[in-house]
Amino acid sequence: MSAQDDAVTTPRDDEAPALLQVRDLEVTFTTDAGPVVAVSGVSFDVRAGQTVAIVGESGSGKSTVAAAVLGLLPRNGRVTAGSVTLDGQSLLGLSQRRLQRLRGRVLGLVPQDPMTNLNPTATIGRQLVETLEDTGTASGKEARDRAVELLTEAGIGQAEERIAAYPHQFSGGMRQRALIAIGLSASPELLVADEPTSALDVTVQQVVLDRMEQLTAARGTAVMLITHDLGLAADRASDVLVMYRGELVESGPALTLLREPTHEYTKRLLAAAPSLASRRIEIAKQTGAEDAVEGDDLLARTDGHETGTDEPPLIRVENLRKVFPGARRGLFGREPDVVAVDDVSFDMPRGRTVAIVGESGSGKSTVARMLLHLLEPTSGRVLLEGQEVDARRQADEIAFRRRVQPVFQDPYSSLDPLFTVFRTIEEPLRAHGYGDARTRSQRVYELLDQVALPAAMARRYPAELSGGQRQRVAIARALALQPDVVVCDEAVSALDVIVQSQILHLLADLQERLGLTYLFISHDLAVVRQIADHTCVMEKGRIVEQGPTDVVFDSPEEPYTQRLLAAIPGRSLELSL
Amino acid sequence: MTATPPPAEPVVDAAPPPEPGGSDTRPGSKRDGQSLWRQAFRRMRTSPIAILGAVIVLAFVLVALLAPWLAPYPAQATPGRDLIRPTMIPGPSAEFPLGLDRFGSDVLSQLIWGARASLVIGVVSTLLGLAGGVAVGLLAGAFGGWVDTAVMRFVDLMLAIPSLLLAVSIAAIAGQNNTSIIIAIGVVQIPIFARLLRGSMLAQRKEDYVLAARSLGLTRGTVTMSHVLPNSLGPVIVQATLVLATAVIEAAALSFLGLGGGRPTEAEWGRMLTGAQAELSIAPRLALLPGLCISITALGFTLLGESLREALDPRMRRRR
Repeated sequence: MSAQDDAVTTPRDDEAPALLQVRDLEVTFTTDAGPVVAVSGVSFDVRAGQTVAIVGESGSGKSTVAAAVLGLLPRNGRVTAGSVTLDGQSLLGLSQRRLQRLRGRVLGLVPQDPMTNLNPTATIGRQLVETLEDTGTASGKEARDRAVELLTEAGIGQAEERIAAYPHQFSGGMRQRALIAIGLSASPELLVADEPTSALDVTVQQVVLDRMEQLTAARGTAVMLITHDLGLAADRASDVLVMYRGELVESGPALTLLREPTHEYTKRLLAAAPSLASRRIEIAKQTGAEDAVEGDDLLARTDGHETGTDEPPLIRVENLRKVFPGARRGLFGREPDVVAVDDVSFDMPRGRTVAIVGESGSGKSTVARMLLHLLEPTSGRVLLEGQEVDARRQADEIAFRRRVQPVFQDPYSSLDPLFTVFRTIEEPLRAHGYGDARTRSQRVYELLDQVALPAAMARRYPAELSGGQRQRVAIARALALQPDVVVCDEAVSALDVIVQSQILHLLADLQERLGLTYLFISHDLAVVRQIADHTCVMEKGRIVEQGPTDVVFDSPEEPYTQRLLAAIPGRSLELSL
Repeated sequence: MTATPPPAEPVVDAAPPPEPGGSDTRPGSKRDGQSLWRQAFRRMRTSPIAILGAVIVLAFVLVALLAPWLAPYPAQATPGRDLIRPTMIPGPSAEFPLGLDRFGSDVLSQLIWGARASLVIGVVSTLLGLAGGVAVGLLAGAFGGWVDTAVMRFVDLMLAIPSLLLAVSIAAIAGQNNTSIIIAIGVVQIPIFARLLRGSMLAQRKEDYVLAARSLGLTRGTVTMSHVLPNSLGPVIVQATLVLATAVIEAAALSFLGLGGGRPTEAEWGRMLTGAQAELSIAPRLALLPGLCISITALGFTLLGESLREALDPRMRRRR
């Protein structure tokens, strides 16, 4: 990481003047509820060729800063104070036409979501050529050749042919590379990358970021990287700015910031970031200082090899297989069948956490749904205490439902928007005939208390809760019937790191108090490392490796597992404990 | 709180704003315990378009309800029949503010009584279409599979027939009176409501909260009736408001075609238009006035429906 070395070794004072200078930036949005200051008092510099990362949770104002720099604030947003200077020229108050001339040539953007930021009706090549021509970089045949070159540089093989492809023919990673190629096509001096990889799988994320780093280093382009992942920021940027509720709370060279955070929020963020926590566990192991690890209440009980006792597993999954019939093609034809899950077997010991990790499309959620009896397996069995559940017998099914409960990924869609929190949690109690109205109500408040929500929340609707609060309600609902097993399908993936860590702690705490058994589905290895006792790694519908979490993470045998592990951001950081 | 447990179903809107709690709370919201419908209503109150629509609709409903007191003359009275000449129909005067028509009826009274007829036809036929459409859509949306296929093909078949033609045929079979107009307009709306509800239900059925409800061991009926259906009704109710507008227009159209039956002096906006045709050259106001009433009423319902749609838009919802 050459950028990092620069920042650490060179003194920061006798630098060339900054390429981008932001001083006391304040951005105000006009909303129904009056003016809202989204960003205030933000000052920072980006020098030529430097990579600066802005880190913060959702709503911290990091994307607003980027939009203000690019002059792309939404219509109801305005810069109300401060200055933004690029190359000595103020960017604020420029006419749309002058700004337009800067975009692409001086200011480049790599947007967040590769799935929606390419025009689906135009070929990748046309979108590149269009950018090249509009910025006056090249035209005609030359533009086409340059487009091929750019795609090749961005790491897309056979660019000569792929240039005629439409966005839907590209994978997520390829689209993001195409967007990087477009962003860099007119060799801007500053590239703003707004969460460029948060929609991608970790292995793809790593490749894409590596490529972006190479390209910007070769061109001497400065990069403003917006991300929520502190580990990733530290990995890629020489300087890190931490934003919280619209203000810059701390900034400095990446490593200094990680080693000696001064602001309380940065400390919390550091403690919560799964990628860093996982790295700390690793360092602790190497140095033998395991006690020093923060958040070790989450940690799997490493001493516990009593898993090998004679007690039968609570749930045994045997040779589970799910085949989805291929889509119809024509009148009689069909696409080939899709094997989503193939020969998956694992045991879930009582009171433990079993994790399934894998990238999107690996079939991990399908396993979860089959385990929940929401999806009929094509073959194979799920045994609860050695008994197979006969889904056709309603009594059996209801008995099963009482014992196995889910918590889903998206806290925005897993609660009925028309139900109050009270009704949501009461519903299972009522459905299973739990006591009278009075005892049910008592139980609801008891559950709210268990998930650390104040009783007053009971009257609210989901739309009035934050993501973390919703997830707590979903957990309370899952616990209402006192289940033995809770299936968490990406239960923390949609949450900001600090909230994520709070929910993980809540889950760990509940496990301890109630003796719960978890099946934890996640794409985030760093989170799994913190919470799971036993880890199964899935690839293309199969479990390629499984074992105690420590064994899988410390000495992975399969190349796929090794690649996944290597892709966790922050792996190379020398953290202090 | 546990010492005095509140009623099993806490009264939703009586909540005073409690402390925003939870360790991961965002800045406390002042609007606590508001259902989506309440929020939508609150949003509509600030929209000038919604207010305009509401004012028009309210005025229309009031006029229709208070017709016996507002109208200067009874429904089928012809107080000015002696003033009518073959070549001349008296215009506005002190006694008849909007003039007379061919039969000597007071036009203002006719318009007021006509509002009542339009309201009854519009509301009843929309309710009929709504009820039928929800029943059919529920059947398709709840069961899926071959039931869905069969029901939806039938609905497609109905949609393939031009609605006015269908309405005319129904009115022709059922006889010439207001009831047949109501049935005709209502039946024509059934496939539209059914389709909307089914599509909306299919989308809702994929949501996680439905899976969660199934995992809780609720029966399919309960999941459908207490989760899927209520969450799918939004677009259907918006459509109902818009259909009220078209129903008023279609009622006028069917009456204009003479399918409403009854005496020519009966007050109904569509029939007033029919009658006005012959006198277009000597008294164009006879056509203009009821036309204006129909347009304004339809506009009112449309504005209201459109702003309701906007207020219920899930994207608006999330932004809050």
